[in-house]
Amino acid sequence: MSKRVVAAMSGGVDSSVAAARLVDQGYDVVGIHLALAKVKGHAGGKGCCTLDDARDARRVADRLGIPFYIWDVSEEFQREVIENFIAEYAEGRTPNPCVRCNEKIKFQAVLERSLALGFDAVATGHYAQIVETESGPTLHRAIDDKKDQSYVLSVLNQEQLSHTILPLGNSTKPEIRKEAEERGLITASKPDSHDICFIPDGDTAGFLHNKLGQDPGKIVDAETGEEIGKHNGVFEFTVGQRKGLKLGKPRDDRSPRYVVGTDIKSKTVLVGIPTMLRVDVVTATNLIWCGPIPASQFECSAQVRAHSADLKAKAFHKDGNLTVEFLEPLQGLAPGQTIALYDNTRVIGSGTVVTTTRS
Amino acid sequence: MTYLDHAATTPMLVESIAAMNAELAQVGNPSSLHASGRRARKVVEESRELIAAALGARPIEIIFTGGGTEANNLAVKGLFWSAQAKDKKKNRILVSAVEHHAVLDPVLWLGEHEGAIVEILPVDTQGRVLPETLRKAFEKNPHDVALVTVMWANNEVGTVQPIEELVKIAHEFKTHFHSDAVQAVGCLEVHFQNSGLDAMTVSGHKVGGPQGIGALVVKRDIELTPLLHGGGQERDVRSGTLAAPSIAGFAAAVSTAVVQRTSRANRMTSLRNDLIKRVQEQVPDVVFNGDPENRLPGNAHFSFKGCEGDALLMLLDAQGIECSTGSACSAGIPQPSHVLLAMGRDEVTARASLRFSFGSTSTPDDVDAVMQVLPAIVERAKRAGKPAVKK
Ligand SMILES: Cc1ncc(COP(=O)(O)O)c(C=O)c1O
Repeated sequence: MSKRVVAAMSGGVDSSVAAARLVDQGYDVVGIHLALAKVKGHAGGKGCCTLDDARDARRVADRLGIPFYIWDVSEEFQREVIENFIAEYAEGRTPNPCVRCNEKIKFQAVLERSLALGFDAVATGHYAQIVETESGPTLHRAIDDKKDQSYVLSVLNQEQLSHTILPLGNSTKPEIRKEAEERGLITASKPDSHDICFIPDGDTAGFLHNKLGQDPGKIVDAETGEEIGKHNGVFEFTVGQRKGLKLGKPRDDRSPRYVVGTDIKSKTVLVGIPTMLRVDVVTATNLIWCGPIPASQFECSAQVRAHSADLKAKAFHKDGNLTVEFLEPLQGLAPGQTIALYDNTRVIGSGTVVTTTRS
Repeated sequence: MTYLDHAATTPMLVESIAAMNAELAQVGNPSSLHASGRRARKVVEESRELIAAALGARPIEIIFTGGGTEANNLAVKGLFWSAQAKDKKKNRILVSAVEHHAVLDPVLWLGEHEGAIVEILPVDTQGRVLPETLRKAFEKNPHDVALVTVMWANNEVGTVQPIEELVKIAHEFKTHFHSDAVQAVGCLEVHFQNSGLDAMTVSGHKVGGPQGIGALVVKRDIELTPLLHGGGQERDVRSGTLAAPSIAGFAAAVSTAVVQRTSRANRMTSLRNDLIKRVQEQVPDVVFNGDPENRLPGNAHFSFKGCEGDALLMLLDAQGIECSTGSACSAGIPQPSHVLLAMGRDEVTARASLRFSFGSTSTPDDVDAVMQVLPAIVERAKRAGKPAVKK
């Protein structure tokens, strides 16, 4: 009997082609659209509506001739992703909700449910590759450097990877678009989504103000200790940020200032010059190994944001705590972000940043 | 394939297909005055007479609509607005808690947009509106009720309402009574005049006719404010070119279904009872919903504790068995059924529900097919439960 696979279909071009490829490869595929956000109902109180993305996903499933269902994971998403996002910001950290969603929703809640319902695996349209080895599956970067999404999957352990299929890792985005067109999928020319899905207007500060209210404090010059402005909430600021500071008093040489640190207790935002953003050592917790557990000390490269550079580093881990020393310059890293470690193209694992220091 | 979702839509009867096909090949707008128009008009009027005869109504009382939903909207809004036009004080609508959305939503809409006071009539644990409930609602203020609407039989749990008793109470208070009889026609004895109803909804595709055609049966002396304005084809209350082929198919279906009603209902009842008995014997933790006696012959409705209805549906679908959770919306996001909640079930139980509905093409093999896979599927769905996120 062929393997039964849940194809998570967002209604975008990538997951559409991923599902199509699985069908071609002979899997027994069921398309599932995950309803992540609660949608307000109308007068009748049905609490649902015809979401455009769900409709697109359904049309692709029709075209592929596979069954299609919507799974409502909005409660889990609300609790594990949205509330966590707000709580992390309230604590002065900068979370990555897509990483969190992969960890808790797509490859946990949905995967567990799929396995329990008799499926063998979950497939998504992420750009990354799973390579089988003697010591189990390992996660690698996609061949398309520009689209590579191994970073947001760096929270998957081998157990999860062994039930995951990523059909797009060996293709480039332009190839996928072309394939979608050739297959006649209606999602072929849909634009990519970039925003956080639960903040569609991209106004994260506005979203957080709405949830956390106003929490004013001082903006302080990190060099002089002088108060040079006010803000409406520390959560509006992330280390490395330059925009939105609205400082009345420019630096004498008119060079731009950046957020170099925040202190949630004193509600202070520290600003300074770019050299103050340098990070040499990072500590992290919430370690997840995507492959075999590495030696307690190893050379690697590290990535700290979805599309940031891969920087040479040395890593040490003990009792679930990770220390990473950067051998190449890293600018601006906030606690709460995910740090992913690579051995060449292979993802070794990841952690959540706790502290950053300059030596 | 095992099709046990006849309450959603049921296959067209051969008589209906034949009548519709014959008309599809013809030309003629029933409103045209020439020979082709007259021919089409004759088909429509004969259809109207057939339907009227089958439903115990007069032909003039049949208003064709684009289906059950439109007929319900016309009844609810039309009766409310005409009551308001006569007496502004009549602004209360009494509606049962278990109505189909095609009744409930227009009522709630009138509440939100037209100043109607919506009073939801509670039901008992079997989904029935008790006569004293209606009486009490009237006695709160005997003079302000614009209309009462209570369905004849429930589409989800199959419970049949004590319609005649309820109608009598409404008439004591000189108030119009509408009933959505979409699920009842062809399954139960439905006689418009004997029921005392003032307005009644019927739909084509639930009785073996085509989709997209239905009728509101309305007493001749009742004024309805129109929803669709235009050519005024139907008593000036409903405009739009009459769909002669659909109407011909609808009439053939209604009259055939009504003639064959007793024998088909008996067959469906025995299939349904067999399914209920075997499910209760073979599946642990199952709750049977609805009135065991006064129910639609083709309806079996269960809650499988610890399962999600949509997981059961998907697993059954994969085995070629088609049924319903009874409450999916157009986007397919499962919601707990307002009907089960009104019957006092909690949200988890409401979400754990499945409806099997039998129809004219159902056979004992269908029941066997369900029983072959259902116990294992329930076990599996139980293990899947709600998606659990580790803390
Ligand atoms: C009780 C009831 N009323 C109304 C409708 C709607 O009828 P139609 O599909 O013809 O619009 C249905 C069918 O879904 C129904 O079951």
